[in-house]
Amino acid sequence: MQAEADTSSVKQKVEDARKKKAAFGVDIDLDKYPEASKDLPQVDEQATLLNAGVIPSEEGRAGSFVYMDESVVHSSVRMPGVEVMPVSLALKKYDWMRDYYWKAVLPDADKYTARTFEEEADGYFIRALPGAKVKAPVQTCLMLKGKSVAQTVHNVIIVEEGAEMEVVTGCSTSKGVERALHLGISEFYIKKQGALTFTMIHNWSELIGVRPRTVVLQEEDSTYISNYVALRPVQSIQTYPTARLDGKNSFARFNTVAIAHPNSELDLGSRVIMNGEGSRCDIISRTITTGGKVIARGQMIGAAPGIRGHLECRGLILGKGGVQIAIPELEARVADVEMTHEAAVGKIAQDQIEYLMSRGLSEEEAVGIIVRGFLEVGIRGLPEALKHEIDITIEKTNVKGM
Amino acid sequence: MLDIENLSVEVGGRKILRNINLSVNAGYTDVLFGPNGSGKSTLLMTIMGFAGYKVTEGRILLNGEDITNLPINERAARGIGIMMQRPPNLVGVRLGNLVKVTGKGRVDPAVAAKELDMEPFLERDVNVGFSGGEIKRSELLQLGAQNPCLYLLDEPESGVDLVSIEKVGAKVHDMLRAGTTCAGWKMQSGKAALVITHTGQILDFIEADRGYVMCKGTIACSGNPRDLLAEIRKMGYEECVKCKLKLTQVA
Repeated sequence: MQAEADTSSVKQKVEDARKKKAAFGVDIDLDKYPEASKDLPQVDEQATLLNAGVIPSEEGRAGSFVYMDESVVHSSVRMPGVEVMPVSLALKKYDWMRDYYWKAVLPDADKYTARTFEEEADGYFIRALPGAKVKAPVQTCLMLKGKSVAQTVHNVIIVEEGAEMEVVTGCSTSKGVERALHLGISEFYIKKQGALTFTMIHNWSELIGVRPRTVVLQEEDSTYISNYVALRPVQSIQTYPTARLDGKNSFARFNTVAIAHPNSELDLGSRVIMNGEGSRCDIISRTITTGGKVIARGQMIGAAPGIRGHLECRGLILGKGGVQIAIPELEARVADVEMTHEAAVGKIAQDQIEYLMSRGLSEEEAVGIIVRGFLEVGIRGLPEALKHEIDITIEKTNVKGM
Repeated sequence: MLDIENLSVEVGGRKILRNINLSVNAGYTDVLFGPNGSGKSTLLMTIMGFAGYKVTEGRILLNGEDITNLPINERAARGIGIMMQRPPNLVGVRLGNLVKVTGKGRVDPAVAAKELDMEPFLERDVNVGFSGGEIKRSELLQLGAQNPCLYLLDEPESGVDLVSIEKVGAKVHDMLRAGTTCAGWKMQSGKAALVITHTGQILDFIEADRGYVMCKGTIACSGNPRDLLAEIRKMGYEECVKCKLKLTQVA
């Protein structure tokens, strides 16, 4: 009876949250975006997959998951120690999934979580078994194919005790899709001594609105490393992934690399709440505007002794009309914490360009090298293949305008 | 190779250089002496073409061509290369990559770095956290890859420890002699250099041909570099002022 009462109260709360605006980002009228198709589509999207860092042959991958609009088109496991399946299947298979499903992200947080909850969105379930050191990355791809629809997706990653895993997610838009919406719930759980490296590459297009909602819960001695890369034009992205370090001596690092093209609005934050004694975190963001607007947020909350954290937001303005806003926030709730931040926005230093020009490089080449270096700092540790992909994107981007 | 005619330069609205006349011939290594703040670095930065060094009078000729208003990379393309005193940090740009780009693929960074004991630095960001001596060697590594005809060297020996100075000196010497193609009585090389030295230490390693003493933004006197250095060591830079007075009287 109690469970039923809980369920109905959650449903009520979610209903109430249907119109609840998010704290940040441009508000999107969800009524204009019908639910995306749950029918199994045709898959002929190799090039799109590749652009988002997904390898169609699955070579060198521990597993793969492809989700198109609102249906699972592919789910496979190729290496031991890992489970990959639709979250809908995991809910049927494991009773304990109730302890993870909608437990990190609140369904009534805003209208986007409410919509995803009410549509009972599917998504990936990826689990590294206890003690497993998964040898290769698990790759996932979330693709938008339907026009003018809202894609909802709900993902759960569990890294069991002592396990280590890497997940690479590519999000992309199928050719011909112009206006659409992506709403993604991600709930990650990293148990004692577990480690997760999560790399997300966003490859949307000009008229796509993107509202991911991510919460990571970490136990003792766990590690979470997030690499977020968004270099292509998009209408708007608003996201504020949060890692909650409840266990002692846990570590989180958020790397963000993004370019705001003209007419793009990116509101990108990373938040780390450190409740566990001796926990540490780094938040690093490198953003460029070539005409769009970037808001780089970062928040660290230190609520236990022995905590250390550093937050670094740097933004370059390379185009006319571009706006860069850096909003770092530090919050200490006990005395024994050490949290620092640095933020800098502006153009490329002229002396750096001239230094390279004195070595014979043209101004354009000099700017290109400096911009690549600027972004490079945000993505150190990324797999070489992905770096190559990023290089190509930077090359295609017009960054010479000063 | 390089002819500077009646050059006056402003930096931030302040006149720093006045009526400089100076020539560096192909195959020659000329040296600039002078006290701190006399305008030596300003002269080299102006020859390279850095923004902020505004030529208000006079011109700079390279092999007869007026390059006074050319962009920096066009000057580099014509064979000018500089070793800066305090080059900027390039965060995220690896030294090895820069050497590769500068050498236009002709230079193997690993091989070039070995000569200067710089192999461990190839994966490091350019100049970030480098010591004074490491910056010099990094600059020489880049210059070696660039292979210019006219070397502008701003105090190649400053900040370099006694062990490394031999390496730096030998490298400078080799660079100036590399590619001996030049005919004529000098025989050694078609390359030219204008070298700033405060202490004169670098003269133990390179064969300098002519020396200039700069003082308060102008060239006070010139002559045999070793004689000038001996004078400066004995009398200090005060002498250059007197020398200037003498010249004025003669004129």
